[in-house]
Amino acid sequence: MNRLALLLALLGAPAWAEPDAQALARLVHQDCGSCHGLSLKGGLGPDIRAVSLGHHDRESLQAVILDGIPGTPMPPWRPLLSAAEAAWIADYLLKGEDE
Amino acid sequence: MSRIARFLGGAAPVALRATPPRYFGPDERAVRRGLGGLAFLLASVLASGVAAQATGDLGLVVERASGALLVVDQSERAALGRIEGLGDLSHASLVYSPDERFAYVFGRDGGLTKVDILERRIVARVMQAGNSIGGAISDDGRYVAVSNYEPGGVRVFDADTLAPVADIPTGGKTIGLVDIPGTRFVFSLWDQGETWIADLSGKAPQITKITGMGENPYDALVTGDGRTYIAGLFGADHLTALDLWQDPPQPKPILPGYAEGRAGLPVYKMPHLEGWALAGTDFALPAMGQHEVLWVDARSLEESGRTAVYGQPVFAMARPDGRQVWVNFAHPLNDTIQVIDTLSKQVIHEFKPGPGVLHMEFTPRGHEVWLSVRDAGRVMVYDTETFEKLREIEADSPSGIFFTARAHKTGL
Repeated sequence: MNRLALLLALLGAPAWAEPDAQALARLVHQDCGSCHGLSLKGGLGPDIRAVSLGHHDRESLQAVILDGIPGTPMPPWRPLLSAAEAAWIADYLLKGEDE
Repeated sequence: MSRIARFLGGAAPVALRATPPRYFGPDERAVRRGLGGLAFLLASVLASGVAAQATGDLGLVVERASGALLVVDQSERAALGRIEGLGDLSHASLVYSPDERFAYVFGRDGGLTKVDILERRIVARVMQAGNSIGGAISDDGRYVAVSNYEPGGVRVFDADTLAPVADIPTGGKTIGLVDIPGTRFVFSLWDQGETWIADLSGKAPQITKITGMGENPYDALVTGDGRTYIAGLFGADHLTALDLWQDPPQPKPILPGYAEGRAGLPVYKMPHLEGWALAGTDFALPAMGQHEVLWVDARSLEESGRTAVYGQPVFAMARPDGRQVWVNFAHPLNDTIQVIDTLSKQVIHEFKPGPGVLHMEFTPRGHEVWLSVRDAGRVMVYDTETFEKLREIEADSPSGIFFTARAHKTGL
């Protein structure tokens, strides 16, 4: 039982933990991809490939992810993502290595 | 279907189609011999019952990550093969030719691809736009129309050759494209809140524009009789219906203020509206930003009930007989399915096939349902009465499932 509790504690993701890169990259393509396209070239939402995000820096992008853009379909992800996770996604998009 | 049928099924149509030109040679007797031989071959093949592979119980599953289609057999509950090379298939949908042999696949990357289900190959492909969202085929099977995000508008193609037939610019994104009788298509304009009817029965498309549909229509459906068109709105707290038998149709708000006084939840995935909304005498519609399925009397278009559900519905699909409505949900609650009983409007069953239940497709008479479970890499087949799982079929990030019976349904 103790070992199980320890295992669960290790598996759980405390707020200060390193963002889970694999899970977040998956989220970007599968769930952001619902509107922005699996390849992020856009859909109902705009193109969010690195080439199209020149007007954003890490902080502004992180803010958009966390709080959405009122009056548009871009929802706030704060209920589902931590600030660190949103920053990881902002970096991931701006780096655009997945292209 | 036996293995030999599957094998011959693919080969027979090729031979039949490829050979006729050869018979128009100078030696008529040879021609007759050739024809006789062909007739004999046909007769013997027919006698053995494997002359042709019928397509009536086949279907296609979109494998969105790999840009492929899985050819499936609904009766065998099996995958038969794969068609590859279709590009970006995220959010891809498809429609069928009237003979149920060809499918027209609408890719997110603007690709329109015609595939042959029997030969399992791409027949024609055009990159018709930068970014597209869906399409439809005309009632007579002559035209395929595609709804585009970039550069917007609707483009119409010849169903045989995919040659361009008409370009209908709208100045913005188009959504909710459906076919209706009279070689007409109906679609809506996200930015302008209009619905347009394009009549392609004549030489040039005739456009009827209906304004005042409401702010930001995100998807729309048409009923199987082609009469009622319902647009869901992102920017307003109601939906809008059109009676397409009116001339011109007048927008009628339905479910006005359905979320009034309640905070709208963040929408992580837009609901889908399709022609399967009619369950008995009511429409079952997914609420936007609420954990609810909304019911509307199909004749009066007045609200007839609400069902509290597990999450924000993406699809609310009536089983073909209308007795049940199956609902899946937006991220992060997309691991669950609920089944609503149409008479009581109560949830009668809930289960968790796994993370990423993206799509459902009923067998044409509804005895079974196929579910795409993306993260499991499986299509799962369930009995709709006992809810027993009957089969799992491996598929690579499966999303849309489309059975060929859709070929004979308006609006699907």
